[in-house]
Amino acid sequence: MPPRTEFKNYQHEQYHFRWRLGFAAVLALICFGVLAARFAYLQVLRYDYYQTIAESNRISLVPIVPNRGLILDRNGVLLAHNFFVYTLEVTPSKTNNLEQTINEVGKLVEITELDRKRFKKLREQGHSFESVPLRTHLTEVEAARFAVNRYRFPGVEIKSRLFRHYPLGSLGAHLMGYIGRINDSDMKSLEAADDLSNYKGSDHIGKSGLEEYYEHNLHGITGFQQVEIDADGHAVRVLSSTPPVPGDNLILSIDSKLQDIAEKAFGEYRGALVAINPTNGEVLAFVSQPSYDPNLFVDGIDAENWKILNDSLDKPLINRPLRGIYPPGSTFKPFVAMAGLEAGVRTPPFSISDPGYYALPGSTHHYRDWKPGGHGQVDIRRAITISCDTFFYGLAMDLGIERLASFVSHFGFGKKSGIDIHGEIPGLLATPDWKWKRWKQKWYAGETVITGIGQGYTLVTPMQLAQATAMLANNGVAMRPHLVTSIQESGSGVSRPMPISSVDHIALKPENTTLVKLGMMDVTRPGGTAASVGAGSSYLIAAKTGTAQVVGFKQNEKYNAKNVDERHRDHALFIAYAPAEDPKIAVAVIVENGGHGGSVAGPIARKVMDYYLLGKVALPPIPVVTPAPPPAAPAITEEPLND
Amino acid sequence: MIRDLLTRAGSHLDHFLMGMLMFTLLIGLFVLYSASGQSFDKVGSQLVNILAAFAVLWVAANIPPQHLERIAVPLYILGLILLIGVTLFGEVSHGARRWLSLGVGRVQPSELMRIAVPMLLAWYFARREASLRLLDYAVGALLLAVPVALIVKQPDLGTAILIASSGFFVLFFAGLSVRLLLGIALTGGALAPVLWSFMHDYQRKRIEILFDPYQDPLGAGYHTIQASIALGSGGIAGKGWLHGTQAQLDFLPERTTDFIFAVFGEEFGLLGILLLLVLFGLIIARGLVIASEAQNTFCRLLAGSITLTFFTYVFVNIGMVSGILPVVGVPLPLISYGGTSLVTLMLGFGILMSIQTHKKLMTS
Repeated sequence: MPPRTEFKNYQHEQYHFRWRLGFAAVLALICFGVLAARFAYLQVLRYDYYQTIAESNRISLVPIVPNRGLILDRNGVLLAHNFFVYTLEVTPSKTNNLEQTINEVGKLVEITELDRKRFKKLREQGHSFESVPLRTHLTEVEAARFAVNRYRFPGVEIKSRLFRHYPLGSLGAHLMGYIGRINDSDMKSLEAADDLSNYKGSDHIGKSGLEEYYEHNLHGITGFQQVEIDADGHAVRVLSSTPPVPGDNLILSIDSKLQDIAEKAFGEYRGALVAINPTNGEVLAFVSQPSYDPNLFVDGIDAENWKILNDSLDKPLINRPLRGIYPPGSTFKPFVAMAGLEAGVRTPPFSISDPGYYALPGSTHHYRDWKPGGHGQVDIRRAITISCDTFFYGLAMDLGIERLASFVSHFGFGKKSGIDIHGEIPGLLATPDWKWKRWKQKWYAGETVITGIGQGYTLVTPMQLAQATAMLANNGVAMRPHLVTSIQESGSGVSRPMPISSVDHIALKPENTTLVKLGMMDVTRPGGTAASVGAGSSYLIAAKTGTAQVVGFKQNEKYNAKNVDERHRDHALFIAYAPAEDPKIAVAVIVENGGHGGSVAGPIARKVMDYYLLGKVALPPIPVVTPAPPPAAPAITEEPLND
Repeated sequence: MIRDLLTRAGSHLDHFLMGMLMFTLLIGLFVLYSASGQSFDKVGSQLVNILAAFAVLWVAANIPPQHLERIAVPLYILGLILLIGVTLFGEVSHGARRWLSLGVGRVQPSELMRIAVPMLLAWYFARREASLRLLDYAVGALLLAVPVALIVKQPDLGTAILIASSGFFVLFFAGLSVRLLLGIALTGGALAPVLWSFMHDYQRKRIEILFDPYQDPLGAGYHTIQASIALGSGGIAGKGWLHGTQAQLDFLPERTTDFIFAVFGEEFGLLGILLLLVLFGLIIARGLVIASEAQNTFCRLLAGSITLTFFTYVFVNIGMVSGILPVVGVPLPLISYGGTSLVTLMLGFGILMSIQTHKKLMTS
């Protein structure tokens, strides 16, 4: 306590304090006055307005879910659409006893344990005055049976809701993707994007593929209806209505017929195929085999089907074109050849005399060619045609790994292609830097040698391989690869074409591209590694075969397909574009454990090109006498490969 | 004999204030019965809360203010430690970290700070009274800012605003220069656009929705729209107890807690609201009288702060329900359902009564 000697000061202070108290009191009074004025405004002046809203019983705002946009192929074939189904919905706050109601309803309409669980989960997520689906896909009979008994169940109603359907089933499942029920993490990302109120009433959202990538366009804008409802919650009259704006339709570059032919061409094989129009980046076919039926996912996949799909050794759920990574094998050689020519490391008429192996200076280790005894005199064009390993071993060494990797990266290796589907992985373009960061190990010269023939660490996706082929066909200009060519407004029917743009460009000397292309054209001619693919073709095909090793073999050990477990057999690869003089289609095919590229993957590419260029299904290829199919060049390093 | 005992037990209670509090609480019980869908359980448990709160009030009223002055510092430090504990180890519920588990039970340290902060500041300015300088206000502002910042981080914007204003009131009554205040207010106004650009999107949205709730009628604007419909349709006389359609048909969200005033306004109309405002006004007026009659600086500052904080409480809640203030989670004192905030509130009133009834003892 302060001493009381400053009595005067004390009184002075108390005076000030009281003055401030008075000030506060006046301020409080004014605030209360403002509140009173506000209530006078709401309850006297605006009474009639609010009275009408609340009076004839309670206004309710009902979201109207927009129709999701359709997905059509380039010829207008329907790939994804919506159809109506009856659902049984419950508004929890309007039922008297929820548990009992559900049990009673269950006597009329079958309600499984799964339905109950889902209902419980959905109910916890929404307001108690919103209706929640209890059963979906009611049959006509069930709907009718319930309708007759409806009066017994206040708060339970039959509604018709739109469901997504993919009429072609598993065709192109990996590019289409699918929609599924909105879950917690979807809610969070919607909230983060400030888009949550547009999903009031929506149950579904794009989960993968185009359905995910173009979710924003496909969903549309939710409308609202202000309805008057009576005490039982039934709509009496619509007060005002903001109609929903339906989602935009997607028009794809895919030709569903071509897609079908491509998928069927795989037969029982697993693998991937991507076909691109090199001049504009349109993706014409996008295959991942085996496929699955996306319709299973629309209403939440059941545990049994999920287990089958997820546990299958064939991994049908993996999007192989974008997420499957494979050693490029010999399909890498045209790009290595381009690197050698552009860097001036190989200038025609340079040639080598191939003894059937390559050895590093001062080493006795032999990097074998696939052809024992060698190919004789080989120049760069012939090296591509006959897939001469020895030539490319030496070329890679002379280029050096840094120059090689940096040049081929311009073809898109080691980078995402930027296609309009999420989840693409960039593959791997190995360099000494990468190896040091990843494994804390130094780079061996032998690893450069085998990179020259597409073995070693280097990994590519089928999408990258197709894009690189298209880029080569297009003389070094990369067009943005895309599946959607235009977006069509549902209401007006106005289409907005997606921009066609080049995304990268390498300045290549015309004489160099010509040389590599000539080598690739020879591949499908008699004497080339894929002569059978070119046989009987009315147009000229430029191609390159490849074989990628799945397991390593020891020096002196021989590869014999018959002795190897099926899943350890080599992957067959094939890249091609046609017509060679004026490329309209570029294709990359990978057949897992298919063996040799020319004999297994090549015919698949041929079928696709035939249909696209000639509009017909290819005749079975006429057998042509060719040299024995080259097995994969054994990838042997000083150290065993890490895989 | 019994009469004598009662007189002695009530000797430290302020009868006028007690009467007003009880009347308001009684109204609250009736509104709660209606808002909860005529649930006796809810009314019963609120009754238990009220009894507990009155027990706390009685104890506080019987503690002489000198003792309060002595425990101000330790109480503040304890509160601060607990708040830091919450930040580090607090339990998360409904997306906010407010509770601290102490083995025996859970505590909500921000509630403790609602009393501890004004007590500490009153203690500080009472000590510095003879030689107040500008620096003291800076120290006071710092003592206030630390706990407020911790609570904002939880996040509990409602409580933070109340504690900040309780501390501000102490500073104001301690004589903070009016010119300085005016200056701060003007700078604040000028800085508002800058602040706007630093705000989170969701915070901006709350403010935008205050001006146009129909921007997001099913999301953030839902509460405000439904409350306006309830209030407006109540009219002058109201729809009558238990007859509010908005409230009874589940349209009003959080209608037993933060939005209970809308239920009251719908069922009792403008007349009921004015009556309630008068009751709140009388309680505030009594508090201000107690403050003006208090006999030392500590008591004056504390009483003034408690009273005006109560006013802020009322104003923020009713302002929010009527749509003139943004929606922050502040319940309506004495009416909303809930025990914790009621106990803290009544503790404050207990301190007010103690200040009023211990006067003679202090002067003698």
